[in-house]
Amino acid sequence: MSAGDFAVNGVAVGYSTTFQLSNVSFRVPPGSVVGLIGPNGSGKSTLLKAIAGVLPLRAGEVTLGGVSLRRQAARVAFVPQREEVNWEFPVTARDVVLMGRYRDAGWLRWPGHADRQRAAAALERMGLAGMGGRHISAFSGGQQQRIFLARAIVQEPAVVLLDEPFTGIDTRNRDVLHVAIREFAASGVTVLMATHDLEEVSTTCSHLCCLDGRLVAFGPTAETFTPAILRETFGGRMAVFS
Amino acid sequence: MIGYFTEPWSYPFMQRALMEVTIVGVLCGLVGCFVVLRGLAFIGDALAHAVFPGVVLSYLAGRSILIGAFVFGLFTAIGVGVLSRSRRVSEDSAIGVVFAAFFALGVVLISREAGFRKDLGSLLFGNVLGVSTGDVWVTLSIGAVVVLVLFALLKEFTLVAFDSTMARAAGYPVFLLDLALLLLVSTTIVASLQSVGNILILALIVTPPAAARLLTDRLGRMMALSVLLAVGSGVTGLFISYHANTAAGGTIVLTATAAFLVALVFAPDHGLLSHFLQSRRGRHHVHHNHTAAEHVEPQ
Repeated sequence: MSAGDFAVNGVAVGYSTTFQLSNVSFRVPPGSVVGLIGPNGSGKSTLLKAIAGVLPLRAGEVTLGGVSLRRQAARVAFVPQREEVNWEFPVTARDVVLMGRYRDAGWLRWPGHADRQRAAAALERMGLAGMGGRHISAFSGGQQQRIFLARAIVQEPAVVLLDEPFTGIDTRNRDVLHVAIREFAASGVTVLMATHDLEEVSTTCSHLCCLDGRLVAFGPTAETFTPAILRETFGGRMAVFS
Repeated sequence: MIGYFTEPWSYPFMQRALMEVTIVGVLCGLVGCFVVLRGLAFIGDALAHAVFPGVVLSYLAGRSILIGAFVFGLFTAIGVGVLSRSRRVSEDSAIGVVFAAFFALGVVLISREAGFRKDLGSLLFGNVLGVSTGDVWVTLSIGAVVVLVLFALLKEFTLVAFDSTMARAAGYPVFLLDLALLLLVSTTIVASLQSVGNILILALIVTPPAAARLLTDRLGRMMALSVLLAVGSGVTGLFISYHANTAAGGTIVLTATAAFLVALVFAPDHGLLSHFLQSRRGRHHVHHNHTAAEHVEPQ
């Protein structure tokens, strides 16, 4: 689903008196995969959540195809970090995937038969066929990640936001995640991820947004994943460069 | 023998009490599920205490206690909602301070009345045997509205309770949904005040769903079981209190507690007994591996 350029224009986030980030601007074409990187406290997770509308924008705007992203919120899929989900809640994997259909079902109506079939298909694509009836806490960390990806898929998103997607998952789950990101990008969906995994961003992302309390650099990965820019982003806090 | 079971229900006051605890059981059983799943027990307790001055004022004015309770419940639910929005105030402390003060205000107000001890007792612990037919109708009407709203917003409440980050990203008005839930909890408390009173109402809201959660991993089944346990405890407690000549509210709560304890021990997957058996099996397993490893690599 091609929806036009994704743009961040003069965005500021944080409390009103002390912005954690201010004057952040960048623009990418549909199908881009943007990595938000930076040291702890650099504001990458805050920026991702502000783009998602979870935290308020103190200034500026986020647009997709020239229209405010907030006005197209139904098309924004968010894959949260583990800590943000209530794992004790009595839902099965299938229930979680179906949540991706809630917005389109609308108020007062539940997802129907077609939605359930899509949920089952998405679970199958994520390699979890036939496991939809299990409680969400009965899966491994990597499998849970795949359930949330399935939920993002059925939401038919224009923008997918991933918060630290590579944390604590093994090789097999990494591969599934890579395939999902590639398929999103191929169909014109813009993907943004906040991550501290530099090895992953260098191969997965088309663009990098380097943050350290400010926008240090933004551009195609080939131009921004350089020792000079990484050193500026991470200061003395990164030991290994090659 | 049959008379032992049928006799209590031959009295009109027991029939009204039976209807009242059934309605309250359905209400608390359903709304309580979200109180338990969202970890709102403390806030629920605070709401119950905060409506007390409203109850007292209505009582002193000779009106139905529901009116004052409802007004105070409305304001406190909004108060809690706004308070929990500002991250810079320690929510717990603020709620603790404000609502203990509300409760104290209620106590002070009623202490000015002559013979207040008796009144205080029935306001704090409920008087289900004294409900009128009118009271039952009022509880039924309020309860019907609460259940209707709960089911109308069930999908959204579920999403916000499970993953509020996704709900916000997808554009749901999370603050208003939270406020709606608090209002439902507050209204449930108000509607249930007459049967178990101010102090014990929280037990009826929290205990049946907590027991139900131990018995199932599905929301729909949890809600059904929770209603079953709440209504069952209400009816059983009423029955026991008739024969044992004990206070109805307290007996109902203790019956619910007994049901919870049974679930805690015997629940198929989450129960203590099941965990104990699993860990014993687990220990055997580890033990075997350990000896096997020693066999392969003797040091």
